[in-house]
Amino acid sequence: MTVLDTVLRRSPSLDDVLDADTPAVSVRGLTKRFGSGPIVLDEVSLEVRQGEFVCLLGASGCGKSTLLNVVAGLDAPTAGEVAVPGHRPSLMFQEPALFPWLTAAQNVEMALRLRGVRKAERKEEAQRLLALVRLEGSGGKRPHELSGGMRQRVALARALAQDSKVLLMDEPFAALDAITRDVLHDELTRISREVGATVVFVTHNVREAVRLGDRVVLLSSRPGRVVREFAVDIPQPRRIESPEVAALSVEITDHLRAEIRKHAVPTR
Amino acid sequence: MSASTLEDRRGAELEAGLDALELGPVEATQPAWRRTLSSVLPPALALLGILALWQVVEVTRDPDNLPGPGEVWAAMTYEWGQGRTQEAILTSLERGVLGFLVSLVIATPIGLVLARVQVLRRAFRPLISGLQSLPSVAWVPAAILWFGLNDATLYFVILMGAIPSIVNGTISGLDQVPPLFQRVGHVLGARGLTLARLVLLPAALPGYLGGLKQGWAFSWRSLMAAELIATSGDLGLGLGQQLDQARTLGDLPGVLAGILAILAVGIAVELLVFAPLEKRVLRRRGLTVSR
Repeated sequence: MTVLDTVLRRSPSLDDVLDADTPAVSVRGLTKRFGSGPIVLDEVSLEVRQGEFVCLLGASGCGKSTLLNVVAGLDAPTAGEVAVPGHRPSLMFQEPALFPWLTAAQNVEMALRLRGVRKAERKEEAQRLLALVRLEGSGGKRPHELSGGMRQRVALARALAQDSKVLLMDEPFAALDAITRDVLHDELTRISREVGATVVFVTHNVREAVRLGDRVVLLSSRPGRVVREFAVDIPQPRRIESPEVAALSVEITDHLRAEIRKHAVPTR
Repeated sequence: MSASTLEDRRGAELEAGLDALELGPVEATQPAWRRTLSSVLPPALALLGILALWQVVEVTRDPDNLPGPGEVWAAMTYEWGQGRTQEAILTSLERGVLGFLVSLVIATPIGLVLARVQVLRRAFRPLISGLQSLPSVAWVPAAILWFGLNDATLYFVILMGAIPSIVNGTISGLDQVPPLFQRVGHVLGARGLTLARLVLLPAALPGYLGGLKQGWAFSWRSLMAAELIATSGDLGLGLGQQLDQARTLGDLPGVLAGILAILAVGIAVELLVFAPLEKRVLRRRGLTVSR
């Protein structure tokens, strides 16, 4: 059992006592290595306010996905503490990972069922969530009948069906074409504000991070450490091609490249 | 306020337009009779070709021990007219289906346990795979000595043929479940038996069905082998026993008619039971092009 599970079990109704100052996600001194392998995450500390949208940014090998998996409770930390008070966070992957034997609506209903929603209410609630991601007419379709962007929106509806206020996203738009990704950025901004979700969004795309995040956290690679944080004071909804987004992206990219250069092997 | 509603509507329109473009136009489907024709015609022509070749060999070379299609057809219709073929088919099918269902009930839990418990899998998987390649007819002598010449012998041979196939099918079905599904199940809060029931088993269904199909094939051929060897007055007359009777009478058209009857049952079960089942499961998951 992971630390997260312990936290959840000890305080099942933390939701009621959760005041506005309690961080939605709190990571303290998290170190992670798999077996006797190299250290993946080294003393990472991170606090995410309720309702905040934080983007974790880094090159390959920075342990972004590992960090999300630990926060989600799929992996146990080697050292340090992770707390997501009152919530079992929902997690979205790069692939939609919809169950192919179920329709879009049934995929959402599965999350409701596992959350303990009564059967009579599931259908209606699934319809409401599909409408939220603007798929009200596609509930009866099977995943293979949907486009990549539509599938990822069903996955988002399924994640929201967990009724967790904390949404972890692991490069969810990386496999989509640029136009679809752009539209989904708008959607995610709209929906996360509408439901008041706290989002931790992992990406290696600097502009995407600046387009979406209230804050961008830059991680170093091998091992992953928090290098620097950037507040994004550009009003939403932003455009990914706006000059403000571009200016901050240039600054962050310079820092990211500096990190990557440190890994260069000197050539003769 | 009205500005944000307009913004919202424009967003919804953008999304709807994108969805429509991504999904593309709805393809026109072929009429049903054309689809049926295109799936029935090729095998029918192949069959006709084989019959024609057979007839040509029979007429031109006139071998002593090869009856022509006409003779075999006559033997078939005679046996059918006597009602003996139907009776034999029913007897054999009853044994085959019952043996297959018992195998299914025994093999499925074994497969589930072996797939999930690594130690047991390492211990038993080689044995199961070995049993799968052992022709189950090899069990007939032992079964006769253990159980005598009765139905128990036949069922034992069926079980030894079908169980390893179904166990292996169950294991490989579960092995093919993408690890991501299990992680999604975990994130959604499914653990243990709930995870198995709601995620792992449905995900493993295509591989499991493949195992069942193979299990049936093994049931049927094991039964036929056993019926050919285990013949006695105490045993009801199955297709295998009928075939052996024709052999002892030196009735070559009868022998060939018997083989064709066994083949026909195998094809019928595949076409009427497993093919539609498999097609349905695969098509719902988008794993076949509709054809």
